[in-house]
Amino acid sequence: MDALASFVAQLLNGLAGASSLFLVAAGLSLIFGVTRIVNFAHGSFYMLGIYVAYSAVAWLGRGVGYWLGLALAAIAVGIVGAVVEMVVLRRIYRAPELFQLLATFALVLIIKDAALWIWGAEELLGPRAPGLGGSLPILGRAFPSYDLFLIVIGPTVLGLVWLLLTRTRFGTLVRAATQDREMVGALGVNQAWLFTAVFALGALLAALGGALQLPREPANLELDLTTIGAAFVVVVVGGMGSLPGAYIAALLIAELKAICIWLGVVDVFGVTISFSKLTLVVEFLVMAVVLVVRPWGLLGRPQAPPRVSGAAEAPLRLGDNLTTAVAAVLVLSLVALPPMTASQPYVAVLAIDILVAVLFATSLHFIMGPGGMHSFGHAAYFGLGAYGAAILVRAAGLPMEAALVLGPLVAGIGAVVFGWFSVRLTGVYLAMLTLAFAQIAWAVAYQWDSVTGGSNGLTGVWPAAWLAGTRAYYYLTLTLVLAGAWLLRRMLFSPFGYAMRAARDSALRADAIGIDVKRVQWVGFAIAGLFAGLAGSLFAFSKGSISPESLYVGKSIDALVMVLLGGVQTLAGPAVGASVFTWLHDTVARNTEYWRAMLGAIILILVLLFPQGIAGFVQQVVDARRDAKGDR
Amino acid sequence: MSAPSPLLEVSGLSKSFGGVKAVDGIDFTLAPGELLALIGPNGAGKSTTFNMVNGQLRPDTGSIRLEGRQMIGLTPRAIWRHGVGRTFQIAATFASLTVVENVQMALISADAKLYAMWRRARDYRRDDALELLEQVGMAAQADRPCSVLAYGDVKRVELAIAMANRPKLLLMDEPTAGMAPKERNDLMALTKSLVVERGTAVLFTEHSMDVVFAYADRIIVLARGRLIAGGAPAAIRDDRRVQEVYFGTGRTFERHTATVVPAAPAAP
Repeated sequence: MDALASFVAQLLNGLAGASSLFLVAAGLSLIFGVTRIVNFAHGSFYMLGIYVAYSAVAWLGRGVGYWLGLALAAIAVGIVGAVVEMVVLRRIYRAPELFQLLATFALVLIIKDAALWIWGAEELLGPRAPGLGGSLPILGRAFPSYDLFLIVIGPTVLGLVWLLLTRTRFGTLVRAATQDREMVGALGVNQAWLFTAVFALGALLAALGGALQLPREPANLELDLTTIGAAFVVVVVGGMGSLPGAYIAALLIAELKAICIWLGVVDVFGVTISFSKLTLVVEFLVMAVVLVVRPWGLLGRPQAPPRVSGAAEAPLRLGDNLTTAVAAVLVLSLVALPPMTASQPYVAVLAIDILVAVLFATSLHFIMGPGGMHSFGHAAYFGLGAYGAAILVRAAGLPMEAALVLGPLVAGIGAVVFGWFSVRLTGVYLAMLTLAFAQIAWAVAYQWDSVTGGSNGLTGVWPAAWLAGTRAYYYLTLTLVLAGAWLLRRMLFSPFGYAMRAARDSALRADAIGIDVKRVQWVGFAIAGLFAGLAGSLFAFSKGSISPESLYVGKSIDALVMVLLGGVQTLAGPAVGASVFTWLHDTVARNTEYWRAMLGAIILILVLLFPQGIAGFVQQVVDARRDAKGDR
Repeated sequence: MSAPSPLLEVSGLSKSFGGVKAVDGIDFTLAPGELLALIGPNGAGKSTTFNMVNGQLRPDTGSIRLEGRQMIGLTPRAIWRHGVGRTFQIAATFASLTVVENVQMALISADAKLYAMWRRARDYRRDDALELLEQVGMAAQADRPCSVLAYGDVKRVELAIAMANRPKLLLMDEPTAGMAPKERNDLMALTKSLVVERGTAVLFTEHSMDVVFAYADRIIVLARGRLIAGGAPAAIRDDRRVQEVYFGTGRTFERHTATVVPAAPAAP
């Protein structure tokens, strides 16, 4: 009886959690449906919702003021959303999907630091809701009445939004735009206001979801990324743009988590499985399974390809004399760097970080640019390479040199396995599935204390004696990174690289001339994983330690930012982007507490002013010069 | 039938979508080197037939044999390896490759060198690719990106890609859709000279009757998923049923086949 009671209590708890998750996911889904923007900042609106509600309730008092405060918080964040849409997003609707992502990610950074500045780094727990602070007995157990209230809220909001979408003119427009926004524009609807309104509504729903959690969970600065991760999963599992799908997915995931907690530690055939530890990965497991079985989510439909696509990429050209000269000068100065900067030893340390980042970003660019596969979980292979090398040295007692060879292989094998599933999908769904795999890898590293050292990671991962000094290790890194980047470049000019670009340009045509698109993509994915793993192994030995941070979603995003910053359509782009990003990160972080906001601002400026990336911009200028000369 | 051993032999081919029989048990053959036009009004099942022959759609029943070999269940790329090239209604080429690289891509695939990772693709059989481009009149634009070409030129490049592995059969889905009348004739004249020279058979669908009657050796007519006529252009032109399908009889086709149904509404 008691087991049943605790089971029911967990199920109800899950239902209460599902409500807020649904609110966030519903907003995200609405925004995606109409604007086709995958809004990374949606978790930030949720976080803002809790913070603003905390302040509003403190200001308005406990009685009716409490509920007023929650409503006010949601509306205020809705207005913030509208402003964000008008100032930033409106300028980039025609930009490639990835730039929009980058812009919304910049917003995440800015909002996070704004919250840090206003509310500080301390966790803030709000007061209990007036009248709902107590609990009700259910099967002999006390169950918080506020949780029961939350359980009712989810379906209520679902119903209200459904009414809004089906019974009003605004709703009709939203549904029409979700199906075909070009057509809606062609019918004379003012899309600008429609988009703003939808974005504001989405932000409002997210903030409401946050505000409602005020008495249940403390406001903190990590909520943005944890929430957006969960919300992405819900939207993708439910099917992009489907509200009932989002509700079902939110329920499914919240209940599976609840069941995992209830099961706790269980012995299955002599093997001890800790189900409560599974909660970190359960949503991503669900997503991986759903995407493989139903690639468009439970209630989703295949996305119609957009009619307006970006300008086609220019054909690849082998470097001319100028490029070769620049590359030669660059390599020579890199070789000369340590003796030149002997008085400032930190330069070589930073240079190692930059080189590792260059290889990591170049490997991501390999599948993202020419391969057309936008991986959101590339850190998985970086981390696998790092952990692979570290574990081989520490646990298996292998020499460092062997670990440096086998570490990348571990990552490559990981990419072969994850890639097999991922290449079955395209676009946003592929991005989300790669993210899911990375999160699963992260959760395993985070929790498998006996092997990975859990949240502390592994220490004492040092290079062999002959490579121990910073200078020696710098030259090792330089050699391997240059070789790796050169090999990746060489492959892009090979028949395989051409096949990858052909598959990206037109899968239909590629198939009609005998190219197995999925297989080409799979091989490309594995190669990218291998080289990301090499970057990870180099990273582990350069730091002497490794932590789960190295395969966290933040690391994946860093790589995306590097590639886009440099320019996804140029081969030098990832190297330029990685260098600038790593240097900026280092410089800004040393000078201010608010480095994230500055980074975000810089990213926004770049996206709005240089949408082709730094290297792309330089190439444009050089090409324009060359053309002008040719005309004369 | 026309030739002793047909290149392509389609029999009993059917495909339904939901309750609609898009293609309903059709049979036809195609001799080596023959240009066969598949015509019919909108919704007759031309594209469905076409997509079954090239492997994009799996038929419910029936068989498709190429030189006696069963093609049903094979992927489009496997069918291509058996010697079936194709062009699309909306021309599909690789936008980020140059014109000559587009053709080289097909040659690389034909030689099974797709997974070569060392040699340079741009040097791969470039001369052969240029020769193909010469034949379609695109050699002068060989090094331009495919994305900047005029549509008529893209169609020519697509034809060169489709001919790259010397196919025995070329499938062309509305080859002249979206082109000006002059361009249409040029493209079809070019196609005809290419395939005649190489002995390639062509199966094509087409809405332009001028093109069909000028270039087809033989025509089969599809209406509501069934073949209603087949033969030389002149015979088809005079066929009463074909005229009814295309120009109407004052009655709808449905009422004609089921003579006594009273006042059935016109089909959508």
